Amino acid sequence: MKKTTYAIMTLLLAVSWSCNDQAFLDRPPTALLSEDQVYANDDVILSVLGNLYNRYEEIGTTKNWGSISGLNEAYWSNSGSYGAFQNSGVPLAIAVDINNNYNNFWNYGYIRDINQFIEKITAADKITQASKDRFLAEGRFLRASFYFELVKRFGGVPLILETLTYDFSGDPTYLQYPRAKESEVYDFIIKEAEEIKSKLPSSVGEKSRATKGAALAMESRAALYAGSIAKYGVKTTTVSLPGGEVGIDPSKAAGYYTIALRAAKEIIGGSAGGYALFKKKPDLSENFAQLFYDKANNPEVIFVEDFQLKFKTLYFTGANQPRFGAEEEEGGRINPSLNLVQSFEKLDNTFAPIPTGTSSGSGTPIVYDNQLDIFAGRDARLGGTVMLPGSQFKGRTIDIFAGVRVPDGTIISGDDRGAQKTLPGTTVPRQVVGFDGPIDGFEFTAQTGFYIRKYQDPIVGSGRRGTQSEVWFIRYRYAEVLLNAAEASFELGNNVDAAGYMNQVRERAGLTKALTPAEITFDRVVHERRAEFAFEGLEFYDIKRWRIGQDIFDGNPISSVSELTSNIGKATKIRTQPWSLWPYKIFAPGTPNDGKWIYQEKKLSRVTGASRWTLGLYYFNIPDDVISNNPKIIRNPNQ
Amino acid sequence: MAVLALGVLFVSCEKDNYPEPKTLLTGNIVYKGQPVGVEYSQTRLQLWQPGFGKTGEISAPVAQDGSYSALLFDGDYKLVFPKNDGPWQTITKDAAGKDTTFVSLRGNQSVDIEVLPYYMFKTATLKADGKTVNATVALDKIITGVDAKDIERVSLYISKTMFVARANNIGSKDLSGADIKDMGNINLSVDVPSITPTQDYVFARVGVKIAGVEDMLFSKVEKITY
Repeated sequence: MKKTTYAIMTLLLAVSWSCNDQAFLDRPPTALLSEDQVYANDDVILSVLGNLYNRYEEIGTTKNWGSISGLNEAYWSNSGSYGAFQNSGVPLAIAVDINNNYNNFWNYGYIRDINQFIEKITAADKITQASKDRFLAEGRFLRASFYFELVKRFGGVPLILETLTYDFSGDPTYLQYPRAKESEVYDFIIKEAEEIKSKLPSSVGEKSRATKGAALAMESRAALYAGSIAKYGVKTTTVSLPGGEVGIDPSKAAGYYTIALRAAKEIIGGSAGGYALFKKKPDLSENFAQLFYDKANNPEVIFVEDFQLKFKTLYFTGANQPRFGAEEEEGGRINPSLNLVQSFEKLDNTFAPIPTGTSSGSGTPIVYDNQLDIFAGRDARLGGTVMLPGSQFKGRTIDIFAGVRVPDGTIISGDDRGAQKTLPGTTVPRQVVGFDGPIDGFEFTAQTGFYIRKYQDPIVGSGRRGTQSEVWFIRYRYAEVLLNAAEASFELGNNVDAAGYMNQVRERAGLTKALTPAEITFDRVVHERRAEFAFEGLEFYDIKRWRIGQDIFDGNPISSVSELTSNIGKATKIRTQPWSLWPYKIFAPGTPNDGKWIYQEKKLSRVTGASRWTLGLYYFNIPDDVISNNPKIIRNPNQ
Repeated sequence: MAVLALGVLFVSCEKDNYPEPKTLLTGNIVYKGQPVGVEYSQTRLQLWQPGFGKTGEISAPVAQDGSYSALLFDGDYKLVFPKNDGPWQTITKDAAGKDTTFVSLRGNQSVDIEVLPYYMFKTATLKADGKTVNATVALDKIITGVDAKDIERVSLYISKTMFVARANNIGSKDLSGADIKDMGNINLSVDVPSITPTQDYVFARVGVKIAGVEDMLFSKVEKITY
């Protein structure tokens, strides 16, 4: 029996070898794609590219509410953020990258991934030439965009345009590249944009992928920045390095402005598609607000970071929605400051303080029938950027008033949202504070008397954590192209064209009285960009390239109302502290003023510091570990 | 019992911890032995300790009176100012070391750092006259020749606390550089506003803003009772 068993088993063993072990065991993995497979198929390549698009970085974005609302354009009604207004620093929040990493600005890992993508696409032979060209152009667009981001932060950085690989020899010096000149990085961006623009689609409908319009808008912005650094760099001579890593020769300014104008004109001329200003609503404030959340056939928007419900959502509205009627127990964080609100000009193109009657520091308060009346007759962008007291959001009137003025002139107020008190001569308690505040030091209420409207999503559910919003973040839009053209024309001495471009943007804001060429000044250029692009993440770089930071944030507190309301509209108007404007309701039964409104300027008790722009802010500190790893990198000035 | 159990649980592992730095490095930023006054927390000295692979600075802020201090481990340190920091020029001692000060730290040590300020206070007298603070200062121009810089303005600051500067003050008076006729006799006065809670003294000092230099030069903080 045993013998039989052995015999059978031996026999089985003998016949059970396979003929080709190699082929049997060496199988392609079913859960992984090899590089050859990835770069053989458009759809798979697009998903690789999607990853690269998703890692696009910027300092100011709606993904981080603080990052677009610094520089005292707003007060942060968030108890963790008051510290920003209590020291001599300039309130600035820096947006995080997708891994929530604040310190990852020197992100050459991203550059390497893009370089690798470009190399693989160049070598790919299984895709059509058309899609190869487009992918390649998109990769180069992202690389140029990121070098633009780096040069804005650090000045000249090493230009690495191929993947570098360490050979494990123990000597990494061949991988250490010195910093390029600041102008060389800008030149690179401009050259790339010129080379790729014809390879990208001229499609107005394409917003989240690179288009010809996006490449030209980037070129125009980059050249404008380079031109102004060259021109205004002389104001801060210590902000430069002898090797040109920081600072651009003033003789190059005109050349850069010419490029900025040429690129802007290409978009304006329509060669990149029919971009136009957004004009869909008759109410100009509403129109301006809608420009930012209207994703259907929006002709103004050129390039965005897009969001989609359930996949990639945004909580900006949740963080900043009016606290009264908010969809979560929070909101109202960004409180635009009176400094910003008063800078929106009147319809006759003049600047004036918000007429409280006490704007000069004394006088009798002016009485208004309705809360909104005090803001009447101004730039429509005010109401589109800021939620004013008495205006509406999601069909609900915003309830902002700081207290009730009783007949003897005293103010009765409360310390809770919608607090009730019994007023003199009455028996029933009545509301003495708005449900949206303002209450000094009470987070999420409109402590400055204002909320932000720009980028807030009016769709139900946008303020819920579980739903959030799919409003996009606009990186380039047509109005910027127009203002780039205006600024470049102005700097090149052509005020007629400058006025022409600027008036288009102003007309959309209801400022129908055209500016004459003689009225175009540096102050006008600065003001127009501030009013148009408030809370869009551009102002920080504008202040840097014009080298006006140390003038605006000079470290001296704004200690009186008359100081606050003087010099409005000047490029170097000081803005060291955010101020507030508080509405009060008049209680005077039996008199005509009963139920009407008065206003008062106020400095919040938490605002104790005065911002000071140190020269070190013009260029970021290059991290020490970067310099340790590569001794060829030289430090930025004033660090 | 519970307390005992907690005690047992919360005993820390002594061996995990490094000893803390104990050596004190102190000193002043001086010009000919005189400390140079600056604004609080705006100027700093960088301490570098080479020889440990990746380098990063240890930052020692310069206090209002021109002093600095750092608690360190014994070792060899290099002391430098960041470029363009402070109302002064650094002094290059030799070609190799440039303006670096080398400190071999073995136990507590005091190291004064000599700099060349653009200007220096010869005298600064601050007095109260009723509710007004009067200041009379005399300035010396130290750096002359090609590197000389003009005075942008001279400012008198008063403050509730001993931190007196542009950012911390309750009253200030500016005199622009063009209006200075005699550098040996500059007069400034500022009224003291009402202070809550009331106090019968203020702290005051005079600052000099030099054109093209970010940090201001300051006189000594003085407590003035009125």
